[in-house]
Amino acid sequence: MSKGVIFDIKRFAVHDGPGIRTTVFFKGCPLHCLWCHNPEGIAKGPELMVRSSRCARCYSCVGACPRGAISRNSGPIAVDRAKCDLCGECVNVCMYEALEMAGRVVSVKDVVQEIERDRIFFEQSGGGVTLSGGEPAGQPDFCRGLLAEMNRRSIHAALDTAGLATWDALWKCASRADLILYDLKLIDGKKHLKYTGVSNAPVLENLKKLAAAKKDIVARIPLMSGVNDDDDNIQGTIDFLRRLETVEKVSLLRYHQGGREKYKNLDRVSSFQIYEPPSEKRMEEIRRKFTDAGFHVKIGG
Amino acid sequence: MNERVKKLREQSLNAVPSITDERARLITEFYKSPEAGRMSYALQHAMAFKHILEHKAVCINDGELIVGERGPAPKATPTYPEVTCHSVQDLEILDSRPKTWFKSEARVRKTYKDEIIPFWRGRSMRDRMMAELPQEWKDAYEAGIFTEFMEQRAPGHTVLDDKIYKKGMLDFIADIDAAVAKLDFVNDPEAFDKREELRAMRVAAEALITYARRHAEKARELAKKEKNKQRKKELERIAEVCSWVPAHAPRDFREALQNYWFVHLGVIIEYNTWDSFNPGRLDQHLWPFYAKGLKTGELTEESARELLECFWVKFNNQPAPPKVGVTAEESGTYTDFALINVGGLKADGSDAVNDLSFLLLDVIEEMRILQPSSMVQISSKGPDAFLWRALKIVKTGFGQPSIFNTEAIVKEMVRQGKSLEDARDGGASGCVETGAFGKENYTLTGYFNMPKVLEIALHDGLDPRTGKRIGVRTGAPAKFRTFAELFAAFRTQLKHFVDIKIMGNNIIERLYATYLPSPFLSILISDCVAKGKDYHAGGARYNTSYIQGVGLGSMTDMLTSVKYNVFDKKTVTMKTLLAALDANFKNDENLRRRLLNKTPKFGNDDDYADDVMKSIFEAYFEAIDGRPNTKGGRYRINLLPTTVHVYFGKVTGATPDGRPAGEPLSEGVSPVQGADRKGPTAVLKSAGKIDHVRTGGTLLNQKFTPALLADEEGIRNLGHLIRSYFKMDGHHIQFNVVTAETLREAQKHPDKNRDLIVRVAGYSDYFVDCGTELQNEIIRRTERSEGSRPIPD
Repeated sequence: MSKGVIFDIKRFAVHDGPGIRTTVFFKGCPLHCLWCHNPEGIAKGPELMVRSSRCARCYSCVGACPRGAISRNSGPIAVDRAKCDLCGECVNVCMYEALEMAGRVVSVKDVVQEIERDRIFFEQSGGGVTLSGGEPAGQPDFCRGLLAEMNRRSIHAALDTAGLATWDALWKCASRADLILYDLKLIDGKKHLKYTGVSNAPVLENLKKLAAAKKDIVARIPLMSGVNDDDDNIQGTIDFLRRLETVEKVSLLRYHQGGREKYKNLDRVSSFQIYEPPSEKRMEEIRRKFTDAGFHVKIGG
Repeated sequence: MNERVKKLREQSLNAVPSITDERARLITEFYKSPEAGRMSYALQHAMAFKHILEHKAVCINDGELIVGERGPAPKATPTYPEVTCHSVQDLEILDSRPKTWFKSEARVRKTYKDEIIPFWRGRSMRDRMMAELPQEWKDAYEAGIFTEFMEQRAPGHTVLDDKIYKKGMLDFIADIDAAVAKLDFVNDPEAFDKREELRAMRVAAEALITYARRHAEKARELAKKEKNKQRKKELERIAEVCSWVPAHAPRDFREALQNYWFVHLGVIIEYNTWDSFNPGRLDQHLWPFYAKGLKTGELTEESARELLECFWVKFNNQPAPPKVGVTAEESGTYTDFALINVGGLKADGSDAVNDLSFLLLDVIEEMRILQPSSMVQISSKGPDAFLWRALKIVKTGFGQPSIFNTEAIVKEMVRQGKSLEDARDGGASGCVETGAFGKENYTLTGYFNMPKVLEIALHDGLDPRTGKRIGVRTGAPAKFRTFAELFAAFRTQLKHFVDIKIMGNNIIERLYATYLPSPFLSILISDCVAKGKDYHAGGARYNTSYIQGVGLGSMTDMLTSVKYNVFDKKTVTMKTLLAALDANFKNDENLRRRLLNKTPKFGNDDDYADDVMKSIFEAYFEAIDGRPNTKGGRYRINLLPTTVHVYFGKVTGATPDGRPAGEPLSEGVSPVQGADRKGPTAVLKSAGKIDHVRTGGTLLNQKFTPALLADEEGIRNLGHLIRSYFKMDGHHIQFNVVTAETLREAQKHPDKNRDLIVRVAGYSDYFVDCGTELQNEIIRRTERSEGSRPIPD
């Protein structure tokens, strides 16, 4: 069976599709959204996360590192990421949970075993599994393998995708999913490029194809003040979705600053931006616009 | 809530808990009389009960519709010197302690000093017990291995069924007379004792009628003087009601409530029984009266609501009798555990939820008072709407109602040998204790400190806190080569202390049966009248003695840690570990962190730890379940702590799960505070691996922030979480709403709050994993949503 890289399995996820769910976070994402709240999901391989606030300054890790990549200052430790080869020795000796490896290689069987643990809750609540990330379609074989296993086991499966993948890869996964949570960030191509580092042309194109295939789709729109909560983007998104005809459900996700701490933990503060969430009033206005356009709207996942 | 109820509720909240010497004086007066000395113990106590009810003050508060107080005024709390005789110093402590205090006037202390203490010293049950119990019992008690419920309060632990709604005291008297008439003095060697007991019951039944008639008289007197026409009418109605019940069976909704209340007062005046007493399945008992009242037009939903709310206030006016010492530590609360059961199944197995069930939930939500406590019984046949309605109250954050699994309750009782019908008519009372309502004496005999027993096993029988050898020699742990050897040592110590506890119980149960029979309670619980036997002596149809296990989560983590770190992974030697424990981890924080953070823990659906839990459960079950008590019944286990996990923690040194000395143990079957890190489904899975059906109740606490339940979907998901746990035979679950204050604490002490989940935005996360700025934002948000007042204690 194929293997994949994931960075978390979260049980009792109640905002990623119907009912009580387990969400599997895939590692690796072709987008680089400046507001990303799961920055550890972007790179493909494992990464070392350093939570300085938890460092007890015991410096056990300094001695444990075979490559001398960790240095002791007067305060918390610092990691020279150029030297670090992600062997994980430091994580093993850290008793304070200040060091953590984001990302691990797992088999379909490993993940299924963890998923099965909450079967009783899925069945009771009409929940299931959500594959998220990162970008699940970025590991199409692994993703499809997992989804096929969910199908076989009668576990409802949702695919949370940013839509940037070859159609073949995306369809390989999407065709096996019971529900698609499709992220739509910006309708304007230039702005999309500016804020996510990539063009939205394939994203929109893939969504059209999925809609044409009559998949059950929820459009998920993260909203950041001053980035995409303006009337132009909202109206543009509404127009685009209406033309698809088969997409009726929209989730509006209000931005939060939950990623801030993680940028520090990855030593990548400068790669991201901190935004403000739209005001509650603005969220309500946006909801109204979608509702008036005939969509079923939910604020939150 | 209307103006009347608002006023009564306010009065109840503002009433100051105080000690009244009324009961103590009256009972002493009677026992000093020459006639008292000429009677059997049963009759003597019934006559004392009669003397109290004939002479105690009758209190009718302004605006009340349901009347009667245990003391001379709301929250004026009597004492029970025949059970435990407080010292003057006790009264001073009660008066001055910061929590659950009771005001005691100088006059009361003087009465105690001059009259009460001189008579009861040496004669009270507590004094008798201490004279009778062997030294090894006292050693274990003082070490904090177990507590003793009957040391300051009488056994009660029972709940009423529907019999008082069908029979008045006069009907019970007829039953008693019939039982006396049937006695066979030729062939039944116990006939004399039975007649004495039945005579005592008769006296007690008459006494309650007298007590109610005194209320009727008082109401008539007040009515004569009353200027307000409306109130005058109400008082006249009170007089009518009190002249009819409890002598006769109630005829309508109001009489049903007043009747219950007199019976309740009878029980809590007779003794300071554990768990005040409780109507049990109130929506079932009242349903016929409610339905009939609505049909005839005598009652409306509104008038029923008002009466129920007046009834609710009566409970809140009766704080739990004052407790001191260890008993106060194990149950430090004013609440007296009258747990109203709503919902569940009928005796025929059909869904019992009715309109009145929903009305009771309205009352619970509106009243928002400490007493009575309330719970909902959720059966698989019951409507989800009922569960959701209950959860909407839970969400407001005053800890009520708690949620119980009817099917688990029924299975537990059937396993214990009760009939299916009796099981379905039963429920849970106190905290979580399963019982066949109206038919069972299910006495909780004391909490049992499992972690302390392991501590003693780790010290070859020695209590490291005192240096006393109170256990048996099970070998030096440093020499154990396998985990099995350690477990065997634990099992030996467990058996040793359970034996001591049971030996004590056998003495205490017989002391109560002999010296302090309970004739009034015996009328109410089947089959005491038919058997002619007292409630304390095995008169009830079912007789169960519980030893409540405490610290299952801590215990699991402790043994798991030793298994994992010493025997399996060999990260530390037993010798080093024990030295670190004895030094309370001084200079070895890294080791403590390893035990905390790098070791499997209960509550994470991790079979490594959960399998250890199962073996502990089996050991505890085997040591206790099925052993005979003195009442013809059996010992059973349950798993709940009230507040004793704090006291048990105080007497237990540092433990192998990384817990420093003196810190609280885990409570109920909940994981160690902060040890569960995989979310609520994992906690429920771990707790679901306990075989709840072989207990008489387990207690699981979960925390949540109001935002997790912000919308309908949140409520439904919580409902699903509960139903899933119940599919695993989970017995009970209770939710504590997290306040901004708790979050601030969690910010300061992240280690103890690793389990705290908050809704961040479109997702939820562990609070301690959120950055400081985000934490602050969540705290502000939680503060904003804290609209409602906390309940007064």
